[in-house]
Amino acid sequence: MEALLSRYRNLTVLLVVVVAQLLYLAYQVKTNRDERLIRVWAVTAVTPMAGIVEAVRHNTIGFLEDYFILLDVREQNRRLKADNDHLRMENTYYRNQLSTAEHARALTLFQAQSPSKTVAARVIGNSTVVTAKAVFIDRGSTSGVAKGMAVVTPEGIVGKVVAVYPLVSQVLLVTDPTFKVGVESQRGHIHGVLNCGTGKCVIEEIQNEDKVEVGERFFTSGEDRIFPKGFPVGAVLSVAPGQGMKDVKLNLSGAPGGVQEVLVVLRGVHQPIPNAPAEDTITAMLPAPPREAGEDAGPPAKPQTQADKVIQKYAGIGKEQGHVYGAVGSPVPNFNLKPTAAPEASNTPTPAPPKAAPAPQTTGPEPVLPLGAPRRKLVLPAPLGTQTQTPRPPATP
Amino acid sequence: MINETSDAILKRPLRDGWFSRFEVLALAAITVIAIIGKFYLPRLIPHTEWLELPLLLTIYFGLTRRSPVTSLLFGAFVGLSEDSLSPANIPIGMYGITKTLVGYFAASVSVRFNVESPAIRLVLCFFFYFFHAFFYWVMRRALLGQIVPFDPQETFVHGALNAVIALPLFAILDKMKLSGPS
Repeated sequence: MEALLSRYRNLTVLLVVVVAQLLYLAYQVKTNRDERLIRVWAVTAVTPMAGIVEAVRHNTIGFLEDYFILLDVREQNRRLKADNDHLRMENTYYRNQLSTAEHARALTLFQAQSPSKTVAARVIGNSTVVTAKAVFIDRGSTSGVAKGMAVVTPEGIVGKVVAVYPLVSQVLLVTDPTFKVGVESQRGHIHGVLNCGTGKCVIEEIQNEDKVEVGERFFTSGEDRIFPKGFPVGAVLSVAPGQGMKDVKLNLSGAPGGVQEVLVVLRGVHQPIPNAPAEDTITAMLPAPPREAGEDAGPPAKPQTQADKVIQKYAGIGKEQGHVYGAVGSPVPNFNLKPTAAPEASNTPTPAPPKAAPAPQTTGPEPVLPLGAPRRKLVLPAPLGTQTQTPRPPATP
Repeated sequence: MINETSDAILKRPLRDGWFSRFEVLALAAITVIAIIGKFYLPRLIPHTEWLELPLLLTIYFGLTRRSPVTSLLFGAFVGLSEDSLSPANIPIGMYGITKTLVGYFAASVSVRFNVESPAIRLVLCFFFYFFHAFFYWVMRRALLGQIVPFDPQETFVHGALNAVIALPLFAILDKMKLSGPS
């Protein structure tokens, strides 16, 4: 036996080492226990340099990039100066939009706007596994980050926290093969599962009978208990019928792989999926032209259909009781009460309604519209020519 | 049948004094740099996730050390170090087992072939990269039940790139070894 072991010493050592690691692996899988101590040591040893490396990267590569961009812009300006000054202004505008400062500002704006409580973080390192999509961020348990929290950007979802250390956390990106997200379509509210494991993001579990169109936006459904409902995920790239289930390919609105700054959702608030197209897809509209002198204003237009009447009625109730449709935190109106002023344009004469209950005085925060919902007042449908003038909200700085 | 070349290879003394010339501390430092490099390099230089410096170091150690036991232990150490920085949903030991095998096979191959030749090194690096990626994929599927994609074409390209990177890297490491105290 001894001679045999001596003869096959190398092979014996190999078997011992491999079997030992296999047993250790099996123990971790069986007990579903992460060897936290080893990871904490390794991460604590490696990440202190993160700040230095990130600063070096930001200052050197960022400077070089800026330098070359500026060179390019100068060259472009020289060529464009002959054309007109307008194009140059536009170019400067877009360049500024792309700068990191603007991105950080957008992040801050989004942070203030979102009802969810978030904390901003910066990506400082990658995972050592090539096939696994994971990054390290510079926020840990001291900042209130916990395992399982969602990580997002204003543009879309990024991933979830899978490991938390005192000063850093590890985020598994949505593009990781093992990561799946519950999603919901904007128009038909079709539920599906986002899977980016094959390299391209697809939405699974959508029946062939369900109606999904190209360009339709998908939002988080909140069913995965990671992402709060109502966060933008992406737009449909292509739809094809499959065997039983639709083959839906999605273009992620965020860029989890190349993201620099992210938001960790400390306390998520579910929001309704916006019914209207997102704000960025709304075409700019001029206000209605002023009425000319002597033009008879005439009586308000009458609702043309039964649906118009219902909308008008509910709009009146909502206005009286201080309800903002589509907003989170807005008091729920009592639809059983009839509005004090009957719709003027109603075709049928209605008896004098009882006085409606006064609008409840809310002391809470202002109602918040869901993400992606247009920040504009409710516009009632009216026949052409008598459309109510809707003031366009001031552009977000 | 033994010809002159194979006879010369067999008669060549094993590099028992390897550690005396290549400082242990230097080796440890290079290993740490390789592992940390894999952690930070994609942040500094985008699209360099394919660069497997720890694997190349394991292969180099195996080829030059020519001791299967030492090489497999070194591979296990490097692999386990990498595992400790891997995502938390992948248990520790996956890279450990893979790199243990790579270290063992690299040392075994070095006993039979003249691994000083750049062409042989190129082929071996490519082969071991492919083996490493494929074995890791098999283990994730078989042991962890994780359905992860494996793209042979991409792995082929990454293997070729790593093999190309390995040549100058091994040359630098050779120089460091020769210039060390004897």
